[in-house]
Amino acid sequence: MSAYGPVLEGITRVPGVRGAMLVSVKDGLMVSDHLVEGVKGAAVAALAASLAQRVSRVLAAAGAGAPAFWHLHASDGAILAVAAPEDLLVVAITAPDVNAGLVRLELLRAAEAVA
Amino acid sequence: MADDIRTLSARLAQDPHSLAFLELGELLRRKGQIDAAHRVALAGLGRHPHNANAHDLYARILADKRDYERAFDEWDMALRIAPKHLGALKGLAFLYFKVGDIAQAEAHLAAAQRAVPDDPGIAQALAMVRGAGTPGIAAAAAAAAPPEQDAGAAEAATAPDSVEPASGAAPVDTADQGFEEAAVFAALDGGQEGLLLVGQAGLVVGGGLRDPAGRDVGEAVAAYLGGVAQEAARTARRLGLGEWTGLSVEGRVAHVHVCRPQSDALLAIVRDRAMPLGRLAVIAQRAAHAARRWLERQA
Repeated sequence: MSAYGPVLEGITRVPGVRGAMLVSVKDGLMVSDHLVEGVKGAAVAALAASLAQRVSRVLAAAGAGAPAFWHLHASDGAILAVAAPEDLLVVAITAPDVNAGLVRLELLRAAEAVA
Repeated sequence: MADDIRTLSARLAQDPHSLAFLELGELLRRKGQIDAAHRVALAGLGRHPHNANAHDLYARILADKRDYERAFDEWDMALRIAPKHLGALKGLAFLYFKVGDIAQAEAHLAAAQRAVPDDPGIAQALAMVRGAGTPGIAAAAAAAAPPEQDAGAAEAATAPDSVEPASGAAPVDTADQGFEEAAVFAALDGGQEGLLLVGQAGLVVGGGLRDPAGRDVGEAVAAYLGGVAQEAARTARRLGLGEWTGLSVEGRVAHVHVCRPQSDALLAIVRDRAMPLGRLAVIAQRAAHAARRWLERQA
């Protein structure tokens, strides 16, 4: 387990969270992860980073500031992410009925710990 | 009044958590300094998000700015916090009346009367609303208009003033469509900002968006939204998450929610950070429903 393992483990303790990871937004690569079996970490990292970049462009165009947190809702699950320092992203992949508020708090804690 | 404003500003500067912002915001509003009142109310709301009077003050300022959709949300929130809040009941009655939903206007005024049985203004408003459809309609809207905030307690009503009378009302659809749909329709017709409907080619179909500096950013945001939708769909599909249904984003300046009212359309709602993200998602869902109907009308 990497140095970030315990930080990410806190996120995966929330019921419904299938995995958590630290992602580099710039290159879409995984820095650290804590995933349950079957979750494709590299794919989550790449897609989450790409989506984060596009979300940033929309918010910049709208004058809404840099994105601090985002939540992609889908019929069979969700992805939640919080911006962390040094262009990193703390990402959780979850079931659809997860307590998003709790996941957000854990993601924020993890981002603080990474800082 | 100027002295009062200086005194209250000093008190607030000394203690930013003070409730003096309620009185200060109201004084500024009465003086016609709506933007200053807006800033004071918003800062106060940020510090006191569970204070019904703060939501009521903010709602009245929004109503002054003719941002009825947000005013509705704020009064609705005030009522959730304090179900008998007189200002919120009268405010919602006023808005319902404006869009022709007489039954809801009457129900809210009746609730206000139950809360304050001996208020002659409410009794008069109720009588007028019950006679709506007659020439008394503008007077009824004015009578149903939200009260001034009593300094400090902010619960008692005095005379209404700056809320627009019904003669200048937003477009009214049929009464049974209710406020929300009418508000969304008005927004999509260009009556309000903060709501953007985008077609599959990344072009604006309805609504409008301005950044905090007041620049029109609707077309730029619409162009980028197409890319977000494609990426969201790809992400959800590749990760086995099914079909994406929405995207909530907390920005450092504002919150944004994007959803799909139809497979070939996107709806983006932007609100300041005072609005919780969860509530924005609920509003977006309702707006998406209304946007579908609006699109059907345009077809």
